[in-house]
Amino acid sequence: MDIKGTAVISKSGRIKRISGPVIVAEGLEGVQMNEVVRVGKAKLIGEVVELAGKDVSIQVYEETSGLRPGEEVESSGSPLSVELGPGLIGSIYDGIQRPLDIVMKKSGNFIKRGIAVYGLPKDKKWSFRPSVKKGDAVKPGNVIGSVKETAIIEHKIMVPPGVEGIVHEISSGEFTVEEEVAVITGADGSKTGIRMYTKWPVRLKRPYNRKFSPVEPLISGQRVIDTFFPIAKGGVACIPGPFGSGKTVVQQQLAKWTDADVVVYIGCGERGNEMTDVLQEFPELEDPYSGEPLIKRTVLIANTSNMPVAAREASIYTGTTIAEYFRDMGYKVALMADSTSRWAEALREMSGRLEEMPGEEGYPAYLASRVAEFYERGGRVECLGGGREGSLSIIGAVSPPGGDLSDPVVKNTLRVVKVFWGLDDDLSSQRHFPAIHWLRSYSLYLDNINDYCAANIGKDFTDIRNTAMSILQKEESLQEIVRLVGEESLSDRDRQVMDTAKMIREDFLQQHAFDPDETYTPIGQQYRMLKSIINFYDTAVSAIEEGSRFENITILSVREKIARMKYITKDRMGEFDDIDREIKQQIKGTKDGSDNR
Amino acid sequence: MKQEYFTVKSIAGPLFYVEKTQNVSYGEIATVRLPSGEERLGQVLEVNEDVVLLQLFAGTSGANLNNSRVKFLGKGLELPVSKDIQGRIFDGLGRPIDGAPEVIPERKLDINGLAMNPYARSYPDEFIETGISAIDAMNTLVRGQKLPIFSGSGLPHNQLAAQIARQAKVRGKGEEFCVVFAAMGITFEEAEYFKNDFQKTGAIERAVMFLNLADDPAIERLATPRMALTAAEYLAYEKDFHVLVIMTNMTNYAEALREVSAARKEIPGRRGYPGYMYTDLATIYERAGRIKNKKGSITQIPILTMPNDDKTHPIPDLTGYITEGQIIISRELEHNNVYPPIDVLPSLSRLKQKGIGEGKTREDHSAVTSQLFAAYARGKQAKELAIILGEAALSDVDKSFSKFADEYEKKYVSQGEYIDRSIEESLDLAWELLRMLPKEELKRVKEEHIRKYMK
Repeated sequence: MDIKGTAVISKSGRIKRISGPVIVAEGLEGVQMNEVVRVGKAKLIGEVVELAGKDVSIQVYEETSGLRPGEEVESSGSPLSVELGPGLIGSIYDGIQRPLDIVMKKSGNFIKRGIAVYGLPKDKKWSFRPSVKKGDAVKPGNVIGSVKETAIIEHKIMVPPGVEGIVHEISSGEFTVEEEVAVITGADGSKTGIRMYTKWPVRLKRPYNRKFSPVEPLISGQRVIDTFFPIAKGGVACIPGPFGSGKTVVQQQLAKWTDADVVVYIGCGERGNEMTDVLQEFPELEDPYSGEPLIKRTVLIANTSNMPVAAREASIYTGTTIAEYFRDMGYKVALMADSTSRWAEALREMSGRLEEMPGEEGYPAYLASRVAEFYERGGRVECLGGGREGSLSIIGAVSPPGGDLSDPVVKNTLRVVKVFWGLDDDLSSQRHFPAIHWLRSYSLYLDNINDYCAANIGKDFTDIRNTAMSILQKEESLQEIVRLVGEESLSDRDRQVMDTAKMIREDFLQQHAFDPDETYTPIGQQYRMLKSIINFYDTAVSAIEEGSRFENITILSVREKIARMKYITKDRMGEFDDIDREIKQQIKGTKDGSDNR
Repeated sequence: MKQEYFTVKSIAGPLFYVEKTQNVSYGEIATVRLPSGEERLGQVLEVNEDVVLLQLFAGTSGANLNNSRVKFLGKGLELPVSKDIQGRIFDGLGRPIDGAPEVIPERKLDINGLAMNPYARSYPDEFIETGISAIDAMNTLVRGQKLPIFSGSGLPHNQLAAQIARQAKVRGKGEEFCVVFAAMGITFEEAEYFKNDFQKTGAIERAVMFLNLADDPAIERLATPRMALTAAEYLAYEKDFHVLVIMTNMTNYAEALREVSAARKEIPGRRGYPGYMYTDLATIYERAGRIKNKKGSITQIPILTMPNDDKTHPIPDLTGYITEGQIIISRELEHNNVYPPIDVLPSLSRLKQKGIGEGKTREDHSAVTSQLFAAYARGKQAKELAIILGEAALSDVDKSFSKFADEYEKKYVSQGEYIDRSIEESLDLAWELLRMLPKEELKRVKEEHIRKYMK
């Protein structure tokens, strides 16, 4: 079946050559690029990746040991697609949308080959509530009804692209995804039945009306990200870093705490235990916005490093298509891909097997365009059908060899993403987490979200952030002097800069992901925390100018309260005012000549 | 009766091209009878309609085009298993070399195994006490983890691995524990060291050893870790053992991988290693873990020597991306007579958080080690500063940190090969060392813990 539902005749051919995950078949004349095929007696799932005369190259998504030349290859007539409909939320899929819990029921603790399972439960009944009536005119993308999929997600049933006309029939009640809930009469009188699920080819981006620039920040509760290097809703970001620098922890923190409606988390070629961790933790953790378990807004794609490499290549597209589908409903979706380097390596491996001419470091020459295409699927859009706005934010981890940022995957990624969170090995070995380096990272969304921040967080939010950045920058240059001649030789004013920078680093930038009290800091608290630190700095500097000694400022008791600001909860916001007052009083005290505290 | 082929078309390095083949499957095993009568094993790397690419495990010397006979066996490499494999020693391809008779197999298992379903995994969170402070307290090992030792040539990684095997235990539980040992390209003496050590402790009774020594065929090494892990999976998931798999040396394994890749004229990735080395290593390392509905577990301690002590070399680099942390051995500490010379700052255990704390180790564990990390890092910085500016330029506080760093290395990290410290001893020692520092500098530990534990 293709996406419009017209049947295509399937053909069959035979295997000619097998080399790892790539096989060559013949006798499949007329087969299309990216068409799904079933390979051999074991019926392994594969995809057509090259057509050369009679020879068809196929990448196989499962282990190919045991295949023999001459075995049958069957074409399905449709490209690699995912099923989109109720039942996605809370699922854990492999790279080609096979639910791993069902796979486990069928094949046990280890994944056997050739297992055919549907992406969506076909027997589960969902309660469908229509939102159009008979006689209404509908266009592609129009919502005709909805299903309450989880406590958080209202799953909207949309008219698929290509279908337009008058609602002829519309039902209400309990249905499975296979049953028709509406019939639409086209202009030519043809009747199209609408079910609650559709299929969509993963390599094709889903259509929308218009794209806009992002204007709103995606809040994650991570101080260094939200305040210093924010990503916008509909923005794209990358986190490169060597192993052990904390990429996965940052990704998981984002998956847990972003204020997105739906989160799609792709574990692409990474550790199995990490996916297990997410699976065990998410049903128990509470979404800070809705109070419901996090799993009720999450879709997981797990193609771990020991699972077949071709499916790893597909996993990125499978995840993105699911994310786009929720975006089309008008949701704010965040997609995390950990790690895009493994995806690029899968591309490289497949390319090598196809004997293509290699580009840099053996990666295929089309790496740059594939990376760009992937990140371009992010964005803030007016959804198809109109009247709704959705966004898809994409955050990709990159694992460059040896942490080397001249790696082709990093270079090509930096060309398209607008936020760069650079992880630093030195910081992580000092256990400064998140190890995002404040001088090397950047965000190009600061201007986009400026108005939003001024209106919703604080008028001086951007100014405070910029002051803090310049203090950190100044620290770096002062560090060099200190390394040569010692700290004593600095002026009191410069020592105050060093002192404040340390305060920003230790009391603001560092954040303990595993401490339940600190793992998430709402943006309002972030603003007040940094404001108090800058307030301390400003007051101290002017006191120093009026004759206070730096030594006396370093022993003030309010500093301890500043160090503990991260634990101030939303209902105790008044404490920030107390701290600001104390800063003023105590620093004023240092001016009065004596050493009083 | 299997068909024999005399149709070898060409031989290059370890590779055979055999023509006019029929019905050969990808990945199957073949035997090659050389003109001398010797028989060697090989594996199918590529199949075309009537040409097969075969890789010989023991190399191709002595083979010729006319008289070499190839027989395809119709199955992949298998390991015969039964409970009797315990206490036995095999070569790199699973053939007994201890003089005892062949194992009567309960079953034969494909050594490549299958990928564990992430949904079936159970998250590792059971603390393993190794009796080594730098591991237990600082970089905690848990059951089902894969924690490699990154070492350099000439450093005591073998002693450390043997000490872990000797002392490792899960407290308060009398569960069955055993060691599976895979040697890849190490010397006879190194292998003997492990054998003797297992003998001394009696662990040999339950251990399974696979030895591919330095003078054994390099290509065989590609099968050795998979043999070991197949044995481990059998013991863990069918016989309920908690298996500790020690694999040494992964560097030799990766070299063998590069050799085969070069012979196949594949496009090389970084430093000549094949582009699929990450995936290949992952199919080994990811076989560690625990399964929800099984009692046993597989914990891996792979050992690798970093060429040139370089952590960014592809072998340690790709390993670090797959494993759940790393224990790094430092040449500098070794020179200062610290044993085990574990450099705790760049070392890491990713699974530490969920394996420690109240009920598992002790309530103060997380905080006190976090304080140790911070204090040791600061002490090392102070020492560096002192080298440039002279000791006198340090503030009093920095001086105390500098002194702390020295004592920490001498008393805490260093503990001797036969000292088995309980986790309580390790944590108490930590508090004792922290007394050297001014109390107001101890920002990462709670006031109540200071009162309770700092005696």
